[in-house]
Amino acid sequence: MAMQFYASPEQIMRDRSEMARKGIARGRSAVVLSYAGGVLFVAENLSSTLHKVSEIYDRIGFAAVGRYNEFENLRRAGVRMADLNGLSYDRRDVTGLALANAFAQTLGAIFTEQSKPFEVEICVAEVGATPEDDALYRLTYDGSVNDEPGRMAMGGQADAIAGVLKSHHRPDMSLGEAVRVAVQALGSVGGEGGAARTIAANQLEVAILDRSRVGRTFRRITGAALTALLDGGAAGEAEAEGDRAKTPTTPTEEAHKPATSAGSADLEDKPGDKPEA
Amino acid sequence: MAAGFDPSGRLPDVFTNAGTSSFTSFLSKVAPEMLPGRRPLPPGLAADLAPHATTIVAISTAGGVVMAGDRRATMGNLIAQRDIEKVHPADAYSLVGIAGTAGIGIELMRLFQVELEHYEKIEGAMLSLDAKANRLAAMVRGNLGAAMQGLAVIPLFAGFDLAAKDPARAGRIFSFDVTGGPYEETGYDAIGSGSLFAKSALKKRFRAGLSVDDAVRLAVEALYDAADDDTATGGPDLSRRIFPVVMTATAEGTYRLTDAETAAIGESVVAGRMENPGG
Repeated sequence: MAMQFYASPEQIMRDRSEMARKGIARGRSAVVLSYAGGVLFVAENLSSTLHKVSEIYDRIGFAAVGRYNEFENLRRAGVRMADLNGLSYDRRDVTGLALANAFAQTLGAIFTEQSKPFEVEICVAEVGATPEDDALYRLTYDGSVNDEPGRMAMGGQADAIAGVLKSHHRPDMSLGEAVRVAVQALGSVGGEGGAARTIAANQLEVAILDRSRVGRTFRRITGAALTALLDGGAAGEAEAEGDRAKTPTTPTEEAHKPATSAGSADLEDKPGDKPEA
Repeated sequence: MAAGFDPSGRLPDVFTNAGTSSFTSFLSKVAPEMLPGRRPLPPGLAADLAPHATTIVAISTAGGVVMAGDRRATMGNLIAQRDIEKVHPADAYSLVGIAGTAGIGIELMRLFQVELEHYEKIEGAMLSLDAKANRLAAMVRGNLGAAMQGLAVIPLFAGFDLAAKDPARAGRIFSFDVTGGPYEETGYDAIGSGSLFAKSALKKRFRAGLSVDDAVRLAVEALYDAADDDTATGGPDLSRRIFPVVMTATAEGTYRLTDAETAAIGESVVAGRMENPGG
């Protein structure tokens, strides 16, 4: 017969926190930051189909690190909640704060009630009219929420990455600069003997919430457009920033091809996409 | 909030279940009262109770499809609205036009837009064009009870098929009846009270492989012919500057012609009819 030993609530919570923190720290990291043209998500991700970064609603994006099945579960819930609210009220009434609150309550309840906490860390980002209006909410395994000042890092060695971000990030950066700072920050940890690494384009998952766009602002940046940005191509940047002004009424996005969005597919084919610098 | 949330603020299980990728099936669990077909109606005919939206035409072209709708909504013998918009983008590559009871039509169209977007966000890939038509057919079928009491909604669906091998055949049109459908149409189709006249006009003037610009002109001409013979269809209104809504769906996505563009086409069609009223 199993014997019930006494464990103090404090001890239980500490054990759960430790477990969640360890799980999160094992994974590859992700960074989210505001730049002049919107909000940028960059995650280290070897898969091109199991996304760490996704669209939730018109102006809201989602990035997560940790266990895929657990954050995917929350992402679906978020999309359902956003679509339900958007249909019941209006598209403008779906906010990042409401979503962050719902995620926080859910994570908090799972942390205290279930035997195993979710080993995830989540960012809910909402793009505003200016970089100052952007909102980045960090949600952790225990349900706590933080409003981050324009940039954040999650996952393994997040503190070191956040340090690099803090020293290089400015809210008025261009997309190209922002991508390079994000990749530099991600590469600053995990190298041989503490040296910086170079991360190839095919190991990165990059997406933006495009401030200038009407309707659905989320867009993935893949393939040649991403390579051009990483190489510092001013031309690639101009292309990536260019809006599909021809289709203002269209919720442009995605995706006959799972890894490439319609938005980035048309960037890839344009001439002048080559890096100049 | 439509769905009852836990007092704790935690998302209920139905949100976090693996469940379905369909928004309407999700809605049927959390807020069934928001589905158009789920409302009990008192017995009796209600046809003249609410405004009716009228004629929509769709034409397939060499590079996609064109859909146009007049701007009139009628209620019995009255004009309920002069500038209603009945043609909308369903998603980035498809269009939906609504004829029939305007209020239910708009609700159905919004729900359909969310359905497509929801699937795309959950699955990370778009539905095929045929699947989109099937989803719309299911929604129309769901409204059958109300349709039998006179509150019918008939959509017209058209889009650019990203999976089409031959780009000339990528523009596809689907029609529906009150019991659902869908039926794929070849070349062109029209729905609503003026559709008889619009289709007759298109029958004589449609050619396979039209350019998008020619098809836009043809669509506005067909709406003019419908307005000519059907009182419930509105023609180009030069004094109020109200012209048909014209949208295209091509490989570049959907596009709504600007007011200036439709005004130029509308004026030119009217000018042509000054000389030859039959077109």
